[in-house]
Amino acid sequence: MSTHKAALCKVQILKLFLTSARCGRITRFHGVCGLSTSTPASSAKVCIVGGGPAGFYTAQHLVKTRTDVQVDIYERLPVPFGLVRFGVAPDHPEVKNVINTFTQTAQHARCSFHGNVRVGKDVTVEELQEAYHAVVLSYGAEGNRTMGVPGEDLAGVYSAKDFVGWYNGLPRNSELRPDLSCETAVILGQGNVALDVARILLSPVDILKKTDITQHALDALAESSVRRVLIVGRRGPLQVACTIKELREMVNLPGTRPEMEASEFEGIAETLKSLARPRKRLTELLLKAAIETPGEEELERRNRAERAWGFRFLRKPLEVLPSTDLIRAAGIRLAVNRLEGDGEGVRAVATGEVEDVECGLVISSIGYKSLLIDPAVPFDTRKAIIPNTMGRVQQTAGLYCSGWVKRGPTGVIATTMNDSFDTARTLLQDIGKGTLDVSTVKPGSQGVSALLEKRGVKPVSFSDWEKIDSEETRRGEIKGKPREKMLDVGEMLQQSCDFLPSCKA
Amino acid sequence: RYFINRDRQKITTSCAKGNSFLDRVVDQNIYIDGFGACEGTLACSTCHVILDQKGYDQLGPIIDEENDMLDLAFGLTHVSSELPGLPIQRSGVSNSPFARRGERHRRSDDAGPTL
Repeated sequence: MSTHKAALCKVQILKLFLTSARCGRITRFHGVCGLSTSTPASSAKVCIVGGGPAGFYTAQHLVKTRTDVQVDIYERLPVPFGLVRFGVAPDHPEVKNVINTFTQTAQHARCSFHGNVRVGKDVTVEELQEAYHAVVLSYGAEGNRTMGVPGEDLAGVYSAKDFVGWYNGLPRNSELRPDLSCETAVILGQGNVALDVARILLSPVDILKKTDITQHALDALAESSVRRVLIVGRRGPLQVACTIKELREMVNLPGTRPEMEASEFEGIAETLKSLARPRKRLTELLLKAAIETPGEEELERRNRAERAWGFRFLRKPLEVLPSTDLIRAAGIRLAVNRLEGDGEGVRAVATGEVEDVECGLVISSIGYKSLLIDPAVPFDTRKAIIPNTMGRVQQTAGLYCSGWVKRGPTGVIATTMNDSFDTARTLLQDIGKGTLDVSTVKPGSQGVSALLEKRGVKPVSFSDWEKIDSEETRRGEIKGKPREKMLDVGEMLQQSCDFLPSCKA
Repeated sequence: RYFINRDRQKITTSCAKGNSFLDRVVDQNIYIDGFGACEGTLACSTCHVILDQKGYDQLGPIIDEENDMLDLAFGLTHVSSELPGLPIQRSGVSNSPFARRGERHRRSDDAGPTL
C-alpha cells in the first residue's frame, strides 16, 4: 500500500467533504433528505431495473412518500444516470443538473444503487421477483429504429443513438470511429436528437473543448471536413419534431449559416395565426431562418460563415448509394413526398419522384427502440414497449414499468419524471389497497447479492461510482473540462476498486 | 402569500422582497413533486407558475429563452379567467429575480413535446 496511496486517500476524502459542503443548497433544492432511520424488517422491498432518470425518479417518489419502503436500483453499467450521462448533449450541462437530485436519492438511507449488474443475464427478472415485493422495469430503449433500406450497412452510416453514444462516451460506442472526411452529412429525422447531432458536427471546437465531450470525439471533430449538414424529414415544416430551444441554438451557432429552399415553405406563413403557441413560435423562427431577408449585420455574419445547415422536407430515404469501391456511403437516394390531409391527420405520400444527394456521412435519427430484456417479461414487439396499464405490467402481478420502456422513446426528462411519479403512485396505491402483498418477508438485495457472488459478478455501489466520478472530474480539470469520461467498463471497475486491497476488478 | 398546487391545496409562505419563487420554494422546503429540476438554469419547465394579472404585470420583460421553456409547460395560459371568482391568470417562469405580490397559483407540469 504505502504512503502514496494513503496520501491519495486523504485527498479523496477531502474532496468528498468539499463536494458535500458545496451541495448545501442542492440538498435543500430537492428535499430528499437522508433520514437515518433504519429500515424495519417488515418494510416493502422494491427493486428497480435501470439507473437512468426513470429509475431514479420512481425511486425518489417511493422513498419520499412512504417511510417503510426500501428501494434498490440495479444498473447494467458501473456508472449511473443513463441518458442524462450518455444522451444529453455535452453543450447542455444545465440539463444534467438533475444528476444532483438523483445523487440525493441514491444516498438516501432507504435506497441503494447496484451497478455492473445485467438483469436478464447476471440475474433473471424471476429471481428479482422472488427477492422483492415489487419489481419496476425502467430500462429504457437501447435499440434504434432502422431505416430498412439497402446500403444501411455501408461504412459512414450510423444511427444517431450510436453517434451520440460515441461523443458521449457510451462504452459500447467507443470504437465507432466515424469517418468525418466528407463535406456533406445527411441526417434523417428532425427531432431534438437530430439537431443535437447537427450542432455537434458544426460547433466550433473552441466551444466543444470546454464540455464533457469525449476526447476522441473532440479530436475527430477538430479534423472534420464536414461543412454542410442537411436535416431531412418525410413531412413538412409544420411537422418538425424538434423544439424551439434547439432550433434557436442552430440559428445562433457561430460560424454557420442556414441554407434552405424557399419553395419548401410555400403556404406556411399563412397558417401561423391558426397554430397553438409552441408550434407558432417554432414555425416563426424556422421561417425567419429559412426565407426572411437578413439585416446587414446578419448578412455579413452569414457571408463569413464557413459551415452551413438546413432542413429539407418531404424526403424519405430509399437507398444509401455506395462509393465505387462499394465499401462506404457516397450518397443517398430520397423519395420525394407530398402531404395529404391536414391538422393531426397529415400524411406523407410518395410522388414517384426521386432525388440523389451526394454525402459521405448518413445518420439516421428516426427513433430509439426498447428491447426485450428477459423472456419472463411481456413485450409488445409491434410498439416495442412493455404492455401495461398505468405502469402495472399486464398479466404479471408485482411487475411495473416506468419511462421509455412503458410509454415509448419520446419526451424530455420532465416527461419521464412525471411518468415515473405516476408509476410510483400506482405501486403505492396497490400497497395501500392490499393488491400488492408486502406482508411476507423478502430477502431483497441480500438475496440477490448471494446469487451475484456465486456467479462471480461484483456490483458497484454508489460510493464506488463516486470514486469513478472523482477520477473523471480530476482528469477533466487538467484539460479545462467538467470531466473526462472513462470509456471502458474494465477501467471503471478498476477505478471503483482502487482503495480496497482485497478488491479485484 | 400562498401557493396553490396541482391538487388545489393551499401552501402558505412568508416572503422577503428580492427572493425568487424558486428560492422561496427551496428555502422553505416546500415539497412540490419534481419542482426545479434544472435548478434555475432555464433548461426545463418544472418551476412554471401561473400568476394573477397584477403579479404578472410586475415582472420584467420576458426573454426568448424563458418563452422557449414555457412552450414546453403543461397548462400554459395567456389570459384566462377560469371560474367566476378566481383571478385572471398569466404564465411565467418562477426563476425571475423579481418579487411577486398578490395571489399566485402553481401548476406542476406534464407532457413535454416529443424528442
